[in-house]
Amino acid sequence: MNLEAAKLVFYEESYELLAAMEAALLAVENAAGPERGEHLNAMFRAAHTIKGSAGLFGLNEIVAFTHLCESVLDKAREGELAITTPLIELLFTCRDHIGGMVDAVRCGVAAPESSALGAQLKSYLDDTAQAVPAPAAAAMVVQQEHAGPRVEVESGGDHVVSSDHWHISLRFGVDVLRNGMDPISFIRYLASLGRIAYLTTLYDGLPNPEDMDPESCYLGFEIEFQAAPNVDKLTIENVFEFIRDDSKVRILPPHAHIAEYIRLIKDMPEGMSRLGEILVRGGALTPMELDEVLGIQRENAGAGEHRPLGTLLVEERLAPPQAVAAALDKQREHAAQKTREHRVVRVDATRLDALIDLVGELVISGAAAQLSASRSADSALIETIASLGELVERIRDEALSLRMVPVGEIFSRFPRVVRDASRELGKDIQLELAGEETELDKSMVDKLADPLVHLVRNAIDHGIEGSDARRIRGKADYGTVWLNAYHESGSVVIEVGDDGGGMDRQRIRNRAVERGLIQADEVLNDQQVLQLVFEPGFSTAETVTNLSGRGVGMDVVKRNIEALKGNIEIDSVAGEGTVVRLRVPLTLAIIDGFRVGVGQVSFVIPLDMVLECLDLPTDTGNSRQHYLNLRGEVLPYLPLRELFEVDAPAPARQSVVVVQYGSQRAGLVVDNLEGELQAVIKPLGQLFRGVRGLAGSTILGSGAVALILDVPDLINRAAKNERRKVALIAAREARHPALREEDRP
Amino acid sequence: MAISSIYHHERCILRIDGSLTIYEAGEAKRRLMDELNLAREVEVDLAGVAELDTAGIQLLLMLKREAARQEKPLFFHGHSKAVLAVVDLYNMAGVFGDPVVLAGGAG
Repeated sequence: MNLEAAKLVFYEESYELLAAMEAALLAVENAAGPERGEHLNAMFRAAHTIKGSAGLFGLNEIVAFTHLCESVLDKAREGELAITTPLIELLFTCRDHIGGMVDAVRCGVAAPESSALGAQLKSYLDDTAQAVPAPAAAAMVVQQEHAGPRVEVESGGDHVVSSDHWHISLRFGVDVLRNGMDPISFIRYLASLGRIAYLTTLYDGLPNPEDMDPESCYLGFEIEFQAAPNVDKLTIENVFEFIRDDSKVRILPPHAHIAEYIRLIKDMPEGMSRLGEILVRGGALTPMELDEVLGIQRENAGAGEHRPLGTLLVEERLAPPQAVAAALDKQREHAAQKTREHRVVRVDATRLDALIDLVGELVISGAAAQLSASRSADSALIETIASLGELVERIRDEALSLRMVPVGEIFSRFPRVVRDASRELGKDIQLELAGEETELDKSMVDKLADPLVHLVRNAIDHGIEGSDARRIRGKADYGTVWLNAYHESGSVVIEVGDDGGGMDRQRIRNRAVERGLIQADEVLNDQQVLQLVFEPGFSTAETVTNLSGRGVGMDVVKRNIEALKGNIEIDSVAGEGTVVRLRVPLTLAIIDGFRVGVGQVSFVIPLDMVLECLDLPTDTGNSRQHYLNLRGEVLPYLPLRELFEVDAPAPARQSVVVVQYGSQRAGLVVDNLEGELQAVIKPLGQLFRGVRGLAGSTILGSGAVALILDVPDLINRAAKNERRKVALIAAREARHPALREEDRP
Repeated sequence: MAISSIYHHERCILRIDGSLTIYEAGEAKRRLMDELNLAREVEVDLAGVAELDTAGIQLLLMLKREAARQEKPLFFHGHSKAVLAVVDLYNMAGVFGDPVVLAGGAG
């Protein structure tokens, strides 16, 4: 049994449940009536499951604390406790505290102190009349298939039994014989996987002759099984696969927890002393262990701790991961009751990355195969390779989409962020989310979370004015902060907006001058002024609050986004609000590219960014000024030949590829257009680190290397340098009017 | 399947021949119960049982339990190989094991 692997599942699950708790708490805060009850139930379930799982791992501190939370929640749910703001506040703190404890276990450090919070929770419990043993069953039973009052024992089950046999409990369904399945064959098959050390046949269920249907099955078995070396839980489970639906099958691994035996005994119809005896006879439990089992049960019954058996998940948490996978069907029901609505298979991210790397190699080999096929002029081969290529393309898309997650995954944490921030600042803030379904590379999502939190806090702190100021401006009392995400030409755009006061350019300027970031007489355009807030050490907040204004953060936000090959744009209208727009590429692994050639060198332009292609007009008189007239618009362009110093004469005709990034466009002048391809992005070597304008390299089917252009950077340069270049060229021309002829295309 | 009965006074010797499986279970149950209700003492000869499955063994169990309830002595003997195989697998020699004669007369 791999306890570590099971623990990982526990952490993951706990975080998910904590998120569910948070969502439920926020909902409780805003809801009333029966809806509120439902959210309280959801919270209760989450706390309960965490407690149960923690108990299995012997994490007693978490068990004790969550138990308190659970009791308080239970009272609230039963209406014995009024939902007040301080209570909600306390529950939020408790939720965070549980998260802290789980984190502590994960990192192997001491759990945070919980006695103060515990005392607060207890005060709620003592307030009302002596706790009635929670009649929780009624509400909780909803998620149970069998509505019997069962006892779950979470604590005290941290011992393991000494038996090194598997213990298998079988209670065959009445119809198995009629369905043509005989227990004999299952047991024989089981025996082929190892040795049946002891078997007890239970026929307590056999009715009196007059009630007995001779074709029904009434038997049950308790088996001590010694598995052959390579037999794991999954294999054993598979033996009983056909009868799992209508029969009871319980498989306990060697050295299972006492708690599991307790559960087993409770779950079987024979009653604890009879079954206990059988288990002792078979060697599953020693008499002492049996005493412990019965003792624990008595204790719990005494405490009135009647709870339905948590979930099957809880049992399975201790099982090896394959077994968890096998039990997916069962899990699904439970999963649906939790916040996840769809089936989820957890896959290690590194395995996914390995898959995508392989797909990348596949794409490259596919291109090579395509090339040799077309050289061979064998039409059948070409056709086969073409259909192969199509499949490769689909596999690539599927593989890449595996890494895509909806951006809502990060958005979901913002209700809490906004709530806390608005409390702290005493501002009334409403959060609006849009475009949660927009998909984004998983690695990107993780890295975007922190910058976004920072931006949202910033918007609340600096953006939204106090309600007095808002009233004077004729706005609603409550401020609005919104998050929006959408796709735009190969990028994902995430907007953080507010309807606050907007940015004060003059103040930004003054501060920048004060901090020595710019010269007092420096001429900056609007965007450049706004971008100053991203400079390290810049802060305009008059007062330093807990949330922001410490002069750290905005520059980190910018660095983080740039590390993702993204950029930040600010739109701000004084008195009306600010929108910060993060633009990041969709993915970092494989792209659809457009291949162009300059001399012998190939370049790849991300296809999403290509708008159109046209011939470079040969008659244009101002070519050295590097802009052309595109249907009445000025289009700056960059000749790649010059930019990358390609040493080959230009052909008579050159083409312009018009590219777009964000709202900006530029033309790239190339010798020839070589068509579309799939490009697996490889990082540039150490040598090329400093080269700007290149995003990476890729390997062509021929084995040659092509360079992938960093379009945003090129556009930026084309636009930015245009004015200076024009001035420079004009100046040079004035000095040597005849020298620039060879520049003509 | 054939179930034959020979009565010595009120002592009944029941002989089961052929297979005792789910296919015969309905019929077998009626026969066995009838004989048990008639007899004072039952001896079940299993030597002729060629095939036994879980339904069959449930019938034997039922017979034994019902006999005990009616306070009538009931013994199994002559367990055939087919019977022994199942009794062994189910670890029920203690239940059916009256005088288990190993390698008893094969059916």
